[in-house]
Amino acid sequence: MTTTNQHLVVVGASLAGLRAVEAARRTGHTGPITLIGSEDRLPYDRPPLSKLHLSAEAPDEVPPLATHDRLRDELGVTLRLGSAATGLDVSARAVLTEAGPVAFDALVLATGARPRVVPLPELRGVHVLRTAGDARALAHSLGTSRGLGVIGAGFIGSEVASAARARGLNVVVVEALPTPLIRSVGEQVGPLIAGLHPANGVDLRCGVGVVDLEGTDRVSAMVLSDGSRVAVETVVVGVGAVPNTEWLAGSGLSLDNGVVCDATLSAGHRGIAAAGDVCNWFDRRWGRQVRIEHWTNAIEQGPHAARTALDPDEAAPFDTVPYVWSDWYGVRIQLLGRSDADEVHVSGDPDSHRFVALYRCGDELAGVLTVGRPGETMKYRPLLARRAGWNDALAFAAERRALQPA
Amino acid sequence: MRVTVDFDKCQTCGLCEAAAPEVFSIDDDGYLTAVDGDIPEHLHGAVRTAAETCPTEAVTVMA
Repeated sequence: MTTTNQHLVVVGASLAGLRAVEAARRTGHTGPITLIGSEDRLPYDRPPLSKLHLSAEAPDEVPPLATHDRLRDELGVTLRLGSAATGLDVSARAVLTEAGPVAFDALVLATGARPRVVPLPELRGVHVLRTAGDARALAHSLGTSRGLGVIGAGFIGSEVASAARARGLNVVVVEALPTPLIRSVGEQVGPLIAGLHPANGVDLRCGVGVVDLEGTDRVSAMVLSDGSRVAVETVVVGVGAVPNTEWLAGSGLSLDNGVVCDATLSAGHRGIAAAGDVCNWFDRRWGRQVRIEHWTNAIEQGPHAARTALDPDEAAPFDTVPYVWSDWYGVRIQLLGRSDADEVHVSGDPDSHRFVALYRCGDELAGVLTVGRPGETMKYRPLLARRAGWNDALAFAAERRALQPA
Repeated sequence: MRVTVDFDKCQTCGLCEAAAPEVFSIDDDGYLTAVDGDIPEHLHGAVRTAAETCPTEAVTVMA
């Protein structure tokens, strides 16, 4: 790692951006570092926003991942928080912000994603969940609700449903597709996981959409496309996220489902890389561009993007076994690798929500999903890391099953 | 080097096992077991990664 006086600028003060600045210092960068963030908050963690911070025991504040002292004094990072980046001038090597331009030598783009919105009447009680502010507002709304409507049966919406159910609310989850979670876990496994909702007293309605909301001032009901009405005082819209790349329009960077990067996370200009939810990078493993929204991707890509930006001549490909986990009604769901596959092999007890699903692409094991099997998941990771063949994976799974008590 | 785990913070997400499976293992009841005693030098890097990766800072490394 070359130690130079380069000024490293990181745009995006959430998990990927924080990990980028930490890694730069840890690997010997001694030049200036500036961290720019649109929220007027120190970096904080998002997964607890759909869990702890929606519970009746939620703390008063969302704690930061790093304090001012840690960032400014220990790491020597200049903070420009509450100041959104508005543009990028590649030839002048400057980030344009609400508070003026910031010159850089090396640049990491980590501006993440924001919730996709759906056109609905603007009533109180209708929420998205992305930021700490969103979580605080949603928690407050849940506290004065009997019924919650969740639009979109994805991971975030389902975690919100779980948190609301734990608070004793009536919950209805509305999913437009006939099967939930197709995009995340595939058509075969989606229904096996979605069964956790009715098993826990949550009403899951698939193949319907929300066409209107009723209420004056605050929402009082959802109107569905099958004509039914559901009384709710809070609605959460969880229909996916859109990468924050609008600020880069006209910069000359390739923007398509995020910032388009090569295998090293370089954004196509020397000394500029991207990381986290905004990064659409070339995955050598499967020979394709991919954008991953998992927590682990942010912590892995932040440091890698910092190295690629600071030391482009030594830039290395980013390789990973993607990993995401989610907790629904106390049941742990875990996904390693990819789930868009040629074949799925399910073993275990899906009806009891304890099973292992293996995904095949070509001749290889491509992904492993477990529900209620925390002791199994990481045992498969070495197979994915070494690109184990499908038959090897099936044999391994059979061996693992033989280990289980009868 | 030794490790300790704060089980109040541990979420059994398995990232420590991903980084250092010789040291950390989650059982099917969802409990994490970490190696007791001195950890061989060739695993020190992996264990430091595990501690840094843990989302709840549940893993502490004592050099």
